[in-house]
Amino acid sequence: MNRPTFLGMPATAPPGVGHLRGDESFPAAARRSLADPQLRRNLRHATTTIRAKSAGVIAESPDWEQLRAAGAAIKADTLNRLPELLEQLEAKVIEAGGVVHWAADAVQANQIVTDLVRAAGADRVIKVKSMATQEIGLNEALHAAGVTAVETDLAELIVQLGDDRPSHILVPAIHRNRAEIREIFLREMPGVDPALTADPSALAAAARRYLRETFLSTPVAVSGANFAVAETGTLAVVESEGNGRMCLTLPRTLITLMGVEKVVPTWRDLEVFLQLLPRASTGERMNPYTSMWTGVTPGDGPQAFHLVLLDNGRGAVLADEVGRQALRCIRCSACLNVCPVYERAGGHAYGSVYPGPIGAVLSPQLTGVDDNASLPYASTLCGACYDACPVQINIPEVLVHLRAEAVDARRRPTAESIAMAAAAYTMDHPRLYEAAQRASRLSRVAGRRGRGLPPPLNGWTASRDLPDPPTETFREWWAAR
Amino acid sequence: MRIALFVTCLADTMFPQAATATVRLLERLGHEVVFPPDQTCCGQMHINTGYPSDAVPLVRRHVRVFDPYDVIVAPSGSCVGAVRHQHATVARRAGDASLTSRAESVAARTYELSELLVDVLGVTDVGAYFPHRVTYHPTCHSLRMLRVGDRPPTLLRAVRGLDLVELPAQEQCCGFGGTFAVKNAETSTAMLADKMRHVLSTGADVCTASDASCLLHIGGGLSRLRTGVRTVHLAEILASTEHEPAVRG
Amino acid sequence: MVGRAVSARDLVLGRLRAALAGGAHTPVEVPRDYRHEGTLDLDQLVERLTDYRAHVHRVAEAAVADTIADILPAGGTVVVPPGLPPAWLPPTVTALSDDGLDNARIGAADAVVTGAAVAVAETGTVVLDGSPDQGRRVLSLLPDRHVCVLRADQVVATVPEALARLTPQRPLTWISGPSATSDIELIRVEGVHGPRKLHVILVP
Repeated sequence: MNRPTFLGMPATAPPGVGHLRGDESFPAAARRSLADPQLRRNLRHATTTIRAKSAGVIAESPDWEQLRAAGAAIKADTLNRLPELLEQLEAKVIEAGGVVHWAADAVQANQIVTDLVRAAGADRVIKVKSMATQEIGLNEALHAAGVTAVETDLAELIVQLGDDRPSHILVPAIHRNRAEIREIFLREMPGVDPALTADPSALAAAARRYLRETFLSTPVAVSGANFAVAETGTLAVVESEGNGRMCLTLPRTLITLMGVEKVVPTWRDLEVFLQLLPRASTGERMNPYTSMWTGVTPGDGPQAFHLVLLDNGRGAVLADEVGRQALRCIRCSACLNVCPVYERAGGHAYGSVYPGPIGAVLSPQLTGVDDNASLPYASTLCGACYDACPVQINIPEVLVHLRAEAVDARRRPTAESIAMAAAAYTMDHPRLYEAAQRASRLSRVAGRRGRGLPPPLNGWTASRDLPDPPTETFREWWAAR
Repeated sequence: MRIALFVTCLADTMFPQAATATVRLLERLGHEVVFPPDQTCCGQMHINTGYPSDAVPLVRRHVRVFDPYDVIVAPSGSCVGAVRHQHATVARRAGDASLTSRAESVAARTYELSELLVDVLGVTDVGAYFPHRVTYHPTCHSLRMLRVGDRPPTLLRAVRGLDLVELPAQEQCCGFGGTFAVKNAETSTAMLADKMRHVLSTGADVCTASDASCLLHIGGGLSRLRTGVRTVHLAEILASTEHEPAVRG
Repeated sequence: MVGRAVSARDLVLGRLRAALAGGAHTPVEVPRDYRHEGTLDLDQLVERLTDYRAHVHRVAEAAVADTIADILPAGGTVVVPPGLPPAWLPPTVTALSDDGLDNARIGAADAVVTGAAVAVAETGTVVLDGSPDQGRRVLSLLPDRHVCVLRADQVVATVPEALARLTPQRPLTWISGPSATSDIELIRVEGVHGPRKLHVILVP
């Protein structure tokens, strides 16, 4: 194979742009969420509800496991052939009247979209919920260029009006309950009825009234994509509210930004993902609306279509043979909904736009593990995420793999690395191991029972007792038989 | 049958009653238990904390110590999980092909206690007597790495005098996660609080599991709250008889 | 580096090729042993459409116009795609035939009546593909009520069967119930931006 080494090796996502890095470590950020009982009630209620809904519709699919295996294999195959499939997609989109742009990173992608919006003469764009545009910080880049980006997904609108950050892939306002949402609407939504109640259908109706005129009068839309079919050049967006249909149908110009890993080889492959995604994601047999379009259709919908293909660190993820499975992700958020750590710590604790278990393996790979070093440890390795993943991403395996990378990335020994090396040495010398067992018993007997482990182990005894020290170890008992 | 006991470092040091119970149970069922004394630790803590290189000598030792035995048992789903799903990976990562294949071979002969009893020895009623209200926590690695499924509850239901009550949200992690409990102590504590709430809601006086680590975690929390609910390893319940009760009082 | 400007396209593709260059490539075989076809059950379609709050009317084709007359208020305006069978429309409504209607008029109509391309019984989904009896995508988007006339021979059991019947190059809209959201406490609420009422008239 001709290796184009002059183009350089895969690069991670650049710092200083977008939302892949938090300001603080996971434990520090989680501490704040854990101290907020309302947040924890909202999260528990929401994740419990969605788990039950999803389990119900998955149980209706007798071939769920076969679909998962097919989904995983299609994505693995896609990643193996990614460059060729992207070239095929590009050719098909161009053939159908679209324009294709390539963006090596967030900075380039923001520039491309900003230039396209300016060229269309717009000072406002409507947006369909898109993880990729959040990842690159597109709204901020547009704002700096004097363009207003209006989020049209209900949850994104709640987050935008509340000057908040999204905390879930599927339901970005999952941390807010209906009463809080009503307050945000009353405070921030122009023209809102002051008699608005906290009934979810009344809140949805308020959003409908507020956005209708914006949909009808904005000439440019920006969307993400759930799938892009290389064989046909077809793009697909899966949604519920109809805001996606509005954005994909009404404006003159449509700009779709997608990570390069969203491509699938064939039209037929959608038959797998259109079954996996809604059941794993919203717990529906099918989401209310799915739109598919191929380039430009004369007389129907936007007459200018631009597709922006984004790398922004994905090449670096692809280069890791263990870690690349994270690129199979179809953004369903099933792993968030089953994760006991996510349920307590909440999405903001992960710092990145990609929270939860998938975020803990994706963000550190996109940025380089140095920049998100605490995320691979934000898991008990309980494995619930792997079981729930519709494309069988072995998240615990990648977490453990990234922990080794995080350790290797540290240049100097730490207290932990010295302790680990010492423990390994002791464990490899049975005499030392037995001596250590006796020493630990003596120190425990001498100290106060159940308290007072030294830092950093005092995190344990802050809320748990250690049991009475055994009078003898097993091997002493065995020897004395 | 001759069965080698992989005691695990945690049970050896902190929870020897689980290991002694495993020995008494298997001997009562007519099997020979051997304890290879050069065993120490499977290296799970090193592997899961990001130190797979440090784990290589431990994997090598474990494979050398247990390779001579046809059947190996450990009273810990988590440690069996490490042997079965991680040892070969560590060996492969270290570039040691011979160790990799021997590790795979040992892994295929290593069983968690309930697997050994039900699958290898073909027994679900071990003749135990344990007159308590018990709830069972199916620890994550037993549940999802080993897929022990209903083997432990099947064994428990056959115990005379035992009243098994289902633990609500049982599939949820207790929050231990090895060094997670130290690195993310607050989140771990929040998870433990919910697990304890569910345990207490059952009205059980004993919470059992087949992992000493999770039992230490849950038991540590229950003890701190002075709930009076005890944590007892599955092996202790199965070893318990009228003459040799596992829990007094 | 060579002394020429590298395009972003070459940069991205070069990086991806470099990322894959190290490993051995065993081609991935995709297991396709999931269900491709199912037993068609029109009752299942009705049940699943109804479950997601669509209103289903099972009538003979000759009764379509009367059914629509019952659904829509007398004197109401109805957006009509150019190829819709005229016999489907009752005389009680005012038809707005789409000859390039502007969005304001479409949005102000009481309803839209369309045909369909295909429907999936297992998921309770109807798919529009822009054929003359369905029209431009905007027609079924802006009115608050969507009446979709579906023939039984357009119904398939499974998602794979539906994809096999569709032409990817056409603009496709998959509709499963009225517009809905689960964004507030993950409770499904019908009626956000798309039509808040969906009627499916199923004819033999």
